[in-house]
Amino acid sequence: MNTLILAAEEGAINPVLPHTSEIILGLISFLLLLFVIKKFVSPRFETLYAERAAKIEGGIEKAEQAQAQAQQALEQYKAQLAEARAEAARIRDDARIEGEQIISELRAKAQEESARIVAQGQTQLETQRAQIVAELRGELGRLAIDLADRVVGESLEDEVRRRGTVDRFLSELDGTSAPAAK
Amino acid sequence: MTTMVLAAGDEFVAPGVKDFFLPPIFGEVTKPMVLLVLSILIIGAFFIAATRNLKLVPGKFQFAAESLYDIGRNSIAREQIGAKDFKPFVPLILTVFTFILVNNLFGLIPVVQFPTMSHIGFPLAVSVLVIYPVYHFVGFKRHGFVGYLKHQTMPPGAPWFVLILLIPIEFFQKFFLNPLTLAIRVFAAMFAGHLLLLVFTLAGEYLLFAGGITVVVAPIAFVFAIALTFLEALIMVLQAYIFALLSANYIGAALAEEH
Repeated sequence: MNTLILAAEEGAINPVLPHTSEIILGLISFLLLLFVIKKFVSPRFETLYAERAAKIEGGIEKAEQAQAQAQQALEQYKAQLAEARAEAARIRDDARIEGEQIISELRAKAQEESARIVAQGQTQLETQRAQIVAELRGELGRLAIDLADRVVGESLEDEVRRRGTVDRFLSELDGTSAPAAK
Repeated sequence: MTTMVLAAGDEFVAPGVKDFFLPPIFGEVTKPMVLLVLSILIIGAFFIAATRNLKLVPGKFQFAAESLYDIGRNSIAREQIGAKDFKPFVPLILTVFTFILVNNLFGLIPVVQFPTMSHIGFPLAVSVLVIYPVYHFVGFKRHGFVGYLKHQTMPPGAPWFVLILLIPIEFFQKFFLNPLTLAIRVFAAMFAGHLLLLVFTLAGEYLLFAGGITVVVAPIAFVFAIALTFLEALIMVLQAYIFALLSANYIGAALAEEH
C-alpha cells in the first residue's frame, strides 16, 4: 500500500523538469568548488609549471652558454696557434736573413782582410826593395869609389885591362842587384 | 529499492522515473543533494592535499593530480580556447570536468550508486547559469555588442540569401540551444545508463527470487548488468569530458577572431 502511494506520487514527477532547490544547490556547490580551485589549486599548479619551465629553460641556457664558451676557447686556441705559426715563420725568415747577412758580412770581411794582407805584403816588398835599392845605391857609390881607386891605382896603362876591370865591375854589380830585382 | 523488494513479491515492476526521486533523507535533503556536496568536498580535498607541497619532480600522488589538471588545462582548455587566451579559463574548465566526472562516477561506487547528474537540475545549473553567461560575457567583452552578435550569427563568406536562413538558426543555437543541449546530454546519458543498470539488476533479482525455472536465466541478467557497468564507466568519463570540452569550445568560439 505504502509502495503504491509512493509510486503514484513519484510517478507524476517529470524528470526533465528541474527542481529549483537542485539548481540552487548545484550552482552554489559548483561555484564553491570553482572558488577553491581558482584560489588555491590552479595558482599552485601554474607556479609549479612556470618554475619547471624556468628550470628547463635555465638548464638549456646554461648548456648553450657552456657551448659558446667552449667555442670561444677553441677559437682562441686556434688564433693563438696561428699566431705562433706566423711567429715561428717570421723567426725563421729573420734567422735566414740574418744568416745571409752574417755570411755576406764575413765574406766582405775576409775579402777585406785578404786585400789588406796583399796590400801589406806589397808595401813590405816595396819597403824591402827601397831598402835594398838604397843599400845598393850606397854600395854602388862605395864600389864606384873602389873602382875609381883601383883604376887610378893601376895607372891606366892598359886599355884592355881597364876595359876588363869595368866589365868585371859591371858583372859584379849585376850579380848583387839581380836577387834584389826579383 | 524498498519499493522494488515489496513489489517483487507479486509481480515485476519495471524501474522507472520514480527510482530517481527517492524520498528525502531528512527534511528536504535528498540523496543527490548529499552526494553533490560530498563531491565538491572530495574534489576540493583531493586538489588541496595534492597541491600542498608541490615539487618540481612529482611523486606518484602529485603526478596523478597533475595528470588530472593537465586534462583540463592542456587537452581541453588549451586545445579549444587557444594558447593565447586559455589561462584564465583553466580553473573553470577543470572544475566543470572534475565536478561532472565525480558526480557521474557516483553511479558506480557501491552503496552510493547514484549518478547525481541524472537529476537535470545540477547540469542545468552549471551549463545555463555558469557556462552560458561566461562565454557570452567574454564574447561581448571581446567583440563589442553588435560585433559579437555578428560574430556569432554570421559566418563569413556566406551569401545573403543563406544568411537570411542562417542568422535565426545560428542565433537560436548559440543563445538557446547550446546551454540546454550541454545539460541535457549528460543528464540523458546518466539517466538512461542508470535506468539500464536498474533494469538488469532488478530483473535479475526478480528472476532469482520469483521461484521456478526462471532462476536459470537470472545470471544472464547479472552478466549484462556487469557488462553495462563497464560501459557506463566509459560513458561517465566520456560525458564529463564532453561537457568540459564543449564548454571550452563555446568559450573558444566566442573569443575566436574568425570562425
